[in-house]
Amino acid sequence: MKRLLEGARVVDPVRGVDGRFDVLIDGDRIARVAVEIPAAERAGAEVLALQPGWIVCPGFIDMHVHLREPGQEHKETIATGTAAAVAGGFTGVACMPNTDPVNDNSSVTKFIVERAAGAPARVYPIGAVTKGSAGEQLAEIADLRAAGCVALSDDGRPVANALILRRGLEYARMFDMAIIDHCEDPALKGEGVAHEGLVAAVLGLRGIPAAAEEVMVYRDIALAELTGGRVHIAHLSTRGSLRAVRDGRARGVRVTCEVTPHHFTLTDEQLKAPLSYDTNLKMNPPLREAADRDALVAGLADGTVDAIASDHAPHHYDEKHVEFDRAPFGIVGLETAVPLALDRLVHAGVISIGRLVELMSVNPARLLGVPGGTLEPGSPADVTVLAPEVTTTIDPARFRSLSRNTPFGGWTLKGTVAATIVGGRVAYANPDLASLAAR
Amino acid sequence: MNLQVANGPLGTAAARLRGKDLLGIAELTPAEILLVLDTAEAMREIAARPIKKVPALRGKTVINLFFEPSTRTRTSFEVAEKRLSADTLNISAGTSSVVKGETLADTALNLEAMSPDLMVVRHTSSGACHFLSRICRAGIINAGDGMHEHPTQALLDAFTIREHKKRLGGLKIAIVGDLLHSRVLRSNVLLLTKLDADVWVSGPPTLIPPGIAQLGVRVTTSIDEAVEGADVVMMLRIQLERMQGGYFPSLREYFTVFGLTSQRVRRAKPDVIIMHPGPMNRGVEIASEVADGACSVILEQVANGVAVRMAVLYLLAGGGEHEAAA
Amino acid sequence: MPVLMDAERVARALMRIAHEVIERNRDLNELALVGIRTRGVPLATRLRANLREITGTDVPVGALDITLYRDDLMRHPVGPQPLVRRTEIPFSIDDRRILLVDDVLYTGRTVRAGLDALIDFGRPRAIQLVVLVDRGHRELPIKADYVGKNVPTSSTESVRVRLQEIDGHDLVLIEKEEEQK
Repeated sequence: MKRLLEGARVVDPVRGVDGRFDVLIDGDRIARVAVEIPAAERAGAEVLALQPGWIVCPGFIDMHVHLREPGQEHKETIATGTAAAVAGGFTGVACMPNTDPVNDNSSVTKFIVERAAGAPARVYPIGAVTKGSAGEQLAEIADLRAAGCVALSDDGRPVANALILRRGLEYARMFDMAIIDHCEDPALKGEGVAHEGLVAAVLGLRGIPAAAEEVMVYRDIALAELTGGRVHIAHLSTRGSLRAVRDGRARGVRVTCEVTPHHFTLTDEQLKAPLSYDTNLKMNPPLREAADRDALVAGLADGTVDAIASDHAPHHYDEKHVEFDRAPFGIVGLETAVPLALDRLVHAGVISIGRLVELMSVNPARLLGVPGGTLEPGSPADVTVLAPEVTTTIDPARFRSLSRNTPFGGWTLKGTVAATIVGGRVAYANPDLASLAAR
Repeated sequence: MNLQVANGPLGTAAARLRGKDLLGIAELTPAEILLVLDTAEAMREIAARPIKKVPALRGKTVINLFFEPSTRTRTSFEVAEKRLSADTLNISAGTSSVVKGETLADTALNLEAMSPDLMVVRHTSSGACHFLSRICRAGIINAGDGMHEHPTQALLDAFTIREHKKRLGGLKIAIVGDLLHSRVLRSNVLLLTKLDADVWVSGPPTLIPPGIAQLGVRVTTSIDEAVEGADVVMMLRIQLERMQGGYFPSLREYFTVFGLTSQRVRRAKPDVIIMHPGPMNRGVEIASEVADGACSVILEQVANGVAVRMAVLYLLAGGGEHEAAA
Repeated sequence: MPVLMDAERVARALMRIAHEVIERNRDLNELALVGIRTRGVPLATRLRANLREITGTDVPVGALDITLYRDDLMRHPVGPQPLVRRTEIPFSIDDRRILLVDDVLYTGRTVRAGLDALIDFGRPRAIQLVVLVDRGHRELPIKADYVGKNVPTSSTESVRVRLQEIDGHDLVLIEKEEEQK
């Protein structure tokens, strides 16, 4: 089955491509990208109509997603999570192991892989670093690798014991797998629920100081340096952490990091108004000060930040509809990440589309060691089609995710997803835009 | 005998609090604060009558919903409600369905099904009253939410200060103690700065909320500096659990460095008034002889609490857009 | 706006009322004046001065705020709460004859509230009502014992009393509704 994406702007930074090109898909692979594809090659291809202004990119991969299955299917399932992913423009997601049971052994990994078999987006499981993510004993990493895990993490928690992290980094080096660490010192975090600063002080909320994240980032970088292993800082949120990553990178340490859309958009000021103590503003790490947010935006532009990842954390309405202290941490993000990135970064002049593709496709694919990140012929036909000039209003009621815990409801953003193609098939076509009807 | 004749422009002055709730001092304008204090003046006289009751809230139902134990605040509200002839209901967390795992939202909505006009709520979580105000039609009066605010305490403190000093603006007011965990501190700082007092806060560095100087107060770890020349000294309670948190090494050391002793009181103005929201830890934040001394107005605060709460209940129970009232 | 009573008229009415009070009350020492806030208070004070001038007896005066006893409290779906002022009755009202004083008697509801409030203070032997103007349209069975002036009015009109102590001058006016702001 051939499909042709005709005459749109194609942005493929790995190959230095940014211009008007045709893209020919054959089966589940990219066959050709050329200014004009010869008639003989394109014969019999289904032509997908693209609007002027749309942009064709290698498929975006969200490397930090909580799919909640197995064990918490009332919040999300692999089916609904991947439906949300393609609606958000993602052709692939890496799912965190803090399910129930924890993905710390191959049978859970196989379960996830099997459940994901018919899913609209590709699912790359991340395995636990330690058994039960309890931080005491390494999980059977080779086993996890063989079953399909692409990286390791105890996300939700840090790997608190430095010796365990050291061993994990050394061991995982055998498989060239990164350890994705949720950097947080448990003692400094204490019972904190918001960023330690003036806003939390005024609202009477227990604070989580920036240092709680930073001491672990420094530690992880030192251990990566010691072991030669790869450490990836999950959801980096403070300017101090960014500085540490920059310095470590300059010394040649194999440290990488990701930032969430809510951290490059919001600050703790949001907690005060208009909806004070909104539990849809409660996540970990918390929303930080403006200076942190601004530093992250700069880091996205100057290359210090490697990836944008949503940390999509669905929670049921009842769980969030409680007083602030009791609400679980986390917000959904798959269906708001691209509009926020386009509006707040690209249209704001902070980054180019090419850089956006690096942050959301090229680097995630490289860091996870999975195919993608480019439209090089022979690559999987995973394509994200952006409509950067279309303005939309975020409507949580229309989310494909099972959960609606987002603070962005009602936000008007410029830039959205037109279509998502996975393995050559149109997994998602934006129903509000002109249809991609075959001609 | 001198009779005061009210000099209102048209005879009966009228004013109101915006909204159906009292969630915090943060939401009050200085004019609204003064309205409460002026109304409390009139309410206080009722306590001196032979029949300590007026029919103003007759037929109104007020529920006292306390998720945190409290004798003093709850009884103060209850007396205030009864003096206004309201029907009162007391619900304490320990005996209620909360123990059975019912959420805060469900507890409140179930109570609301019985059409209360007002709910007085004390809760361990900051922001709990904001949450309830969004989901309940009844007016919510914040009787203390976590570490956030305790607005009626700040109002009765201001009332007490005004009683003695005839004004609030320009007074040097020192607040000393566990600033970090205190909702009384936050409400008082907001109220006193809104009314242009010169507020000094003091406590161990481990118990000073970050950024508090940006609220317009002077911050010092020296109680002597805070108390020097003060018109009012307000002592906050130290909880023993704070020692476990490593905030300071011992109660003895706390008293030595931060306790209000007679000697320290002498640094203040000769007509200084000493206040404490209660309950006191004698010998920890305040010496016994100071608590019981001539400058102490601690018991007056308690009496004024009833009048101030009557004023708040009166101002919220009538008027306003909430036709939900019975 | 037609003037019902000028300053001189007001003064003469109050003097005449003082004489009537003396005529009807044998023992002035039993008497006490209670003015209903706001304008009942200066009227009560003037009446006391008149009584002292005529008889040499000093009758005590108190001020009563009836806001918390109004029957229309809490009934307005929108609108402000009336401001509550202090009540000051620095004497016992038990066994006294109370002269309740107000500026205008209209529906009678204010006086009813005043009676309820007084009875919460004690048990007077008797209560008599003094008003400067009675404008009719009673909604309750209330009658004034001493009246400065009877003025038939329609319900679209209102009677405005200005007193020196509050407004800077003495005047009683009648206003039609259209003339009001």
